[in-house]
Amino acid sequence: MEYFLELILGGLTRGSIYALIALGYTMVYGIIELINFAHGEIYMIGAFTALIFTSVLTLLGFNEIAVIVLASLAAVIYSSAYGYTVEKIAYKPLRHASRLSPLIGAIGMSIFLQNYVLLAQTSDFLPFPNLIPEFEFIKPYRHIISSAEIVILITTSTAMILLTFLIKFTRTGKAMRATAQDRNMAMLVGVNVNRVISITFVIGSALAALGGVLIASHVGQINFYIGFVAGIKAFTAAVLGGIGSIPGAVLGALVLGLTESFATGYVSSDYEDVFAFGLLVLILIFKPAGILGRVRHQKI
Amino acid sequence: MLRLRNINSFYGNIQVLKNVNIEISRGEIITLIGANGAGKTTTLMTISGLVPSRSGEITYMGKTIHNMRPDRIVSLGISQVPEGRKIFPYLTVLENLDMGAFLRTDKKNIKKDMEYIFDLFPILSQRKNQFGGTLSGGEQQMLAISRAIMARPTLLLLDEPSLGLAPLIVRQIFEIIKKINIENQTTVFLVEQNANLALKAAHRGYVMENGRITLSDSAENLLSNENVRKAYLGL
Repeated sequence: MEYFLELILGGLTRGSIYALIALGYTMVYGIIELINFAHGEIYMIGAFTALIFTSVLTLLGFNEIAVIVLASLAAVIYSSAYGYTVEKIAYKPLRHASRLSPLIGAIGMSIFLQNYVLLAQTSDFLPFPNLIPEFEFIKPYRHIISSAEIVILITTSTAMILLTFLIKFTRTGKAMRATAQDRNMAMLVGVNVNRVISITFVIGSALAALGGVLIASHVGQINFYIGFVAGIKAFTAAVLGGIGSIPGAVLGALVLGLTESFATGYVSSDYEDVFAFGLLVLILIFKPAGILGRVRHQKI
Repeated sequence: MLRLRNINSFYGNIQVLKNVNIEISRGEIITLIGANGAGKTTTLMTISGLVPSRSGEITYMGKTIHNMRPDRIVSLGISQVPEGRKIFPYLTVLENLDMGAFLRTDKKNIKKDMEYIFDLFPILSQRKNQFGGTLSGGEQQMLAISRAIMARPTLLLLDEPSLGLAPLIVRQIFEIIKKINIENQTTVFLVEQNANLALKAAHRGYVMENGRITLSDSAENLLSNENVRKAYLGL
């Protein structure tokens, strides 16, 4: 029973990290129907930014909490700036081109960012310090859940609640939804669509950076390639839940995380990807638009 | 108030509008009639800034607007009810109306205008928490017009408001258009295939053929014009 609980908590932790990244894929797809393949790289850059800031701040003698907060903040700001810039230079000029062109642009951007970090940071795995302290109260439950997992779960759920609030109730959120549903009509009611698209990239990148910091600190090492792997998993989660749907991305990510956790726990970690992608195939056979995906049909 | 001078608009390499000249004064209801594919919708999209014009000039209250971003044009007081209504399908009726008032900051008046809308179209008030996509065609048209009114436009562009609607609803919608014109001093530019209906509501009209304005006159004269009667009124 305890083992089962441990697997569930482990799966939820893994899933909520996937969710943070998957949200960026799904929001961008919802608004400009582009699979932003460079999104995983934004996550990786977030992790590297946090690593650099952690080393410097620790050297300067900041205390633990300050280091976590400032490094995460720096990661979020840097990644947002990267996300914003990638959209402006690689996707915006292709806004009216055929849909294939920005897709190829995204793949190019992904390769470019990977190699740029490879040149700057080498291909070695760099150790990432464990930023999250061991809480006293967790000691008796240490075999079920770790402090890091608790922090990850709390941070991601807070981020998702804030995002839901933003999308549902704020003016910007309404403009985002309107733009996703009908871009031309959004312009006709006075929405500055380019601004909405930029904001979407910034929010997606910020969430990915947060994911980057949390997972890097949990796993303990990073290199230039982590964005690709995490990106593929998060993309799978977004498709599983129904790409374009925000609750879908979260649900898909949690389902994916739990599946992997159970596959690892009851079968073998060698098979976790087999189960994850097997599940994707199964769901797409019975629900081609994903669990919560909407089939877009036009009313005449 | 609005003036199009020698406008030439293209979709890709195909020229749709050829030297179009239109002038609208404050308080008028002007209609643009013509067959399918004549360029009527393109005219409205050019005014709203969604289709760029390659040459010519559009001025609105003395300002040049043909290079402006669509959202800037809306902020000057030009709202459009596009062809096919274009309701946001997964926003509720209330949220759709809210989007109409997107650029306004006078919260109190927005509320008042919302009540005014529900007075005009009580059915929308009953459906206010439903998704826009679940409304019937007639209700969607009401919502589309209401959404445009929520912007408090000085110039309202309407693209085929009668399309696909039952005659009774069409009559109701035209009543409302006239009412808005008189009560709110809103200038109306109405594009219609239903020439009879449009000319009866309008003060003046333009006739468009293959991207060119071929005729412009008072609505009365157009209604009795032999060519117009043959080509557009089916008489």
